[in-house]
Amino acid sequence: MSVKNNLTFFIPDLESNLELSYFPSGIKAGFPSPAADFDESKISLDRVLVKNHEATFYAKASGTSMTGAGIDDGDIMVIDRSLEPQNNKIAVCCIDGEFTVKRIAIKKDGIYLLPENEAFKPIKVTENNELIIWGIVTYVIKSM
Amino acid sequence: MYALVDCNNFDASCERVFQPKLIGKPIVILSNNDGCVISRSYEAKDLGIPMGAPEFKIREELNQHKIHVFSSNYALYGDLSNRVMKVLEGFTPHLEVYSIDEAFLKFDGMKIPDYHDYGLQMKRRVQKWLSIPICIGFAETKALAKVANKITKKYQKRTQGIYIIDNEEKRIKALKWTKIEDVWGIGFRLTKKMKDKNIHTAYDFTLPHNESFIKTTMGVVGLRLKYELEGKSVLEIEEPKDKKNIAVTRSFNGNITTLSEMTERVSTFATICAEKLRKQKSCCYGVIVYLRKDKYKVATQRYNFYKIETLPFASNSSLTISNLAVKMLKTMFEEGEIYKKAGVLVTKIIPENQKQFHLFEEENPKHFKLMKVMDDYYKKTGERKIRLGNQDLQKTWKMKQEHLSPRYTTCFKHLLEIKCQ
Repeated sequence: MSVKNNLTFFIPDLESNLELSYFPSGIKAGFPSPAADFDESKISLDRVLVKNHEATFYAKASGTSMTGAGIDDGDIMVIDRSLEPQNNKIAVCCIDGEFTVKRIAIKKDGIYLLPENEAFKPIKVTENNELIIWGIVTYVIKSM
Repeated sequence: MYALVDCNNFDASCERVFQPKLIGKPIVILSNNDGCVISRSYEAKDLGIPMGAPEFKIREELNQHKIHVFSSNYALYGDLSNRVMKVLEGFTPHLEVYSIDEAFLKFDGMKIPDYHDYGLQMKRRVQKWLSIPICIGFAETKALAKVANKITKKYQKRTQGIYIIDNEEKRIKALKWTKIEDVWGIGFRLTKKMKDKNIHTAYDFTLPHNESFIKTTMGVVGLRLKYELEGKSVLEIEEPKDKKNIAVTRSFNGNITTLSEMTERVSTFATICAEKLRKQKSCCYGVIVYLRKDKYKVATQRYNFYKIETLPFASNSSLTISNLAVKMLKTMFEEGEIYKKAGVLVTKIIPENQKQFHLFEEENPKHFKLMKVMDDYYKKTGERKIRLGNQDLQKTWKMKQEHLSPRYTTCFKHLLEIKCQ
């Protein structure tokens, strides 16, 4: 004898984060809100600031050598490691084992790491230095 | 075509991502509680630090060779492992995460003209994006991919970390080179049996006259392995499955002799089990409490004690599981005895949404909301500050972690700080 399952239980799914837009105009039988057609998705800062999730890391700046570039003490930097280093990009570098943030300058006589504050001196990368461009700073988040 | 991707000295490599100055320096990682060495960098291996060595026994050597010592930072390793797997998924949709640092990849239905070149691309991307070095073994079957990977590990320079078994000559050469104890699925006991039967290499294992022996000792599992090593693929990429059992057990630093102390521990273990269940969206029916007495101080031979009970309804509530575990503990615990170890295991695990409804007994619906608040708080702060009344608020997750690095990628307070000087 085959037992047929006549009852199906449904359990409310309270876990998924499906967000539904709220229509403040209310929904009435009648002329629909003209804005309803332009309902767009929500803004996510993650989506704006992070292009490549796997290769993106955050780090905190400590110090004033990059204030001219808008990186102040305590700011959070968004670092994308998948981007190739280029002239004029701001990068998290690791020079001789120490992390630092600098602007990359590729000049005829070699590579320089430039601070953005007159109180600090540019670093010329020599053969004796070990330089790793760890990642490119793509955004800075600061508290006002 | 299959590939086995394996991260080289994964734990040590993870520590180096945020401390590049340790590249080329010897590193060891200690187990939970800083007990013994569970991972070593090549440099530490070359210095002769043995795997599994207790930290206190080799402390002098560690100092003498200036070896960098770390407590295991699973938050960091887990996050970087997920990232590695995601990057690899960019190369094929068919990926099986085999362990924290290994994955099987399958390339059926894809046109890849040159696997060596494809492997190099994978290697370069994981290296550039995540600073994690990997080795890749390609072959027609999973077991052979594992063999190929072993070859890359052994001959890193010559192979550039990539080895492909793609013809009979290479396959036979590789099998003759592979010791039987290094074959996937051949453990310590089987190795002994194999050697008694004069099977010393993977090649011996595949010889026709050994087939009946393999069938009788290992059954169908052994035969499958034989086919795989012969290049006939029988093992597929496996879909991720939820854990069948979850266990939280700890040995105690000191001894536990009072019921109140033990209640605190067992309750904490139970809440961690419940937390793990909720994380994988499961519930459990069975709860096991386990106690071990000091085996040198028991009057009788017996020092391990178990008790199993079944919940009336499947649950993942810390309160429900902890209450049952504590109730069981009270019937097992003997005052005046010295306990060395305890644990809570949850079994009969089912997915949360397949729970059966009961007519008379059901979980208090308030628990669900309460657990969510607890989980969210833990997620947000990384601290288990909301606890049950029988847990000790002062006591943290009592683990000795004297060499723990920051949780750079999973905790906002632990973000890498970069000097702007």
